[in-house]
Amino acid sequence: MQTVNLTDTIDRSFMEKVMEESEQNLSLCYQCGNCTASCPYTFGFDIPVSRVMRLMQTGQKKAVLTSSSIWLCASCTSCTTRCPNNIDVARVMDVLRHVARREGFVKERRVKAFFDSFLDSVRKHGRVFEIGLMVDYVRKTGRFWTDMDLGPKMLPKGKMSLTPHRIKGKDAIARIFKRFEEENR
Amino acid sequence: MSKLSYAYYPGCSGQGTSMEYEMSTRALCEALDIDLKEIPDWSCCGSTPAHACDHVLSAALSGRNLGLAADMGEDCVLTPCPSCLTNLKNAGQHMSGSEEFKEKVNKLLDEPIGEIPDVKSVLQILFEDLGPKGVKEKVIKPLSGLKVVTYYGCILTRPPKLMEFDSEENPISMDRLMEAAGAKVLPFPLKTECCGASHGVARKDLVMKLSGKLLDMAEQLGADAVVTACPLCQMNLDLRQGQVNSANKTSHKLPVFYYTQLLGWALGLPQAQLGLDKLCVNPMPALRGIGKKEDAA
Repeated sequence: MQTVNLTDTIDRSFMEKVMEESEQNLSLCYQCGNCTASCPYTFGFDIPVSRVMRLMQTGQKKAVLTSSSIWLCASCTSCTTRCPNNIDVARVMDVLRHVARREGFVKERRVKAFFDSFLDSVRKHGRVFEIGLMVDYVRKTGRFWTDMDLGPKMLPKGKMSLTPHRIKGKDAIARIFKRFEEENR
Repeated sequence: MSKLSYAYYPGCSGQGTSMEYEMSTRALCEALDIDLKEIPDWSCCGSTPAHACDHVLSAALSGRNLGLAADMGEDCVLTPCPSCLTNLKNAGQHMSGSEEFKEKVNKLLDEPIGEIPDVKSVLQILFEDLGPKGVKEKVIKPLSGLKVVTYYGCILTRPPKLMEFDSEENPISMDRLMEAAGAKVLPFPLKTECCGASHGVARKDLVMKLSGKLLDMAEQLGADAVVTACPLCQMNLDLRQGQVNSANKTSHKLPVFYYTQLLGWALGLPQAQLGLDKLCVNPMPALRGIGKKEDAA
């Protein structure tokens, strides 16, 4: 098990920041472990979700933001559904990704690359263009073999459009992203 | 009863990887006399990548569509996709609950949002507004002898405070509709377990384990098919079933339907309208077995 020296690395403002952005009271967590027991990703997490909660309570910003777990969380909301203290844990995990993104901590680069390719596609076309998204993901990661075996299954069925769907509001969507960037500069 | 009518948000995957869900949803609703009025020029809700990036951005991408629906004069938006449902509902609920949040969202939009319509899944209105009885009356080809497990996925009924529909631990809406169509619904303990969601591309290894578990359980229970209501669940279980088999050394050949396809089949709708040829695992052996096994029993 990873050990953390609590006094060396404490950042007291971190929990407050996450509480404010997620609108969740993290001090209510009493470590019952329901979230971890429910989480389908515990087997793949480097830090189980209940431990992420505890690390936040002790101000361990870096340990939390450099974890894989915050990127691998699939937002299935099992934790939120079963938390006896009504903490929206999935929303907290979401906020941790927001903070990690802003502060440049990205342990799972491929997951972020997929998210980014998806959002770029929405920004460009207004709706997701699935083939374009995959091409962009491969370009970002260099993983040209990703899901190559699925192409022959899908293309003959005519399920993947080779061109994006044109919508009139395309520019309105691009403006949403542009204003978002300006607001967060 | 007056005709049921709603604003309709199809979602991006309905134009591509889940086009059979979109086709069969429309065909089924038409047959059941439910009017789906597509939101003109709807755009992407942003799905998981948007809410994983920022909640205001996510709410703005969803909010544009809520605004367009309100402009149509509709007070309820339907969507077949649980991911769209989550985003649209989250956006609506947070904007209704906080003027400050709503203001931040409106700052990103061309047209500020006024009225916020309600959002429901197509499954919810089929179950609550029409009901299994309403479906049963129209069944002409019962799914007799077809053994199915119903797989709801993570977010169709969860978290309960947001979704306000069915049960978060043991949902039964799809079960009842399938039973109304004559199918035998097996008790499936993994109804709301995660399939691996959108990590299929970036972390396929995780999805193979999670989706594999679902297929293993369905097979062990003796199901002829899995019934789903989510484009991402269906894709992981059907399109990726070959990958799951290679990764886990299994040999599943389980058809994975959208519940709308099976209901449409029971209502006698033409195959072409149900998009059965779009499924990867051939569904025809299971469908051809309908009615026969019961005779043998």
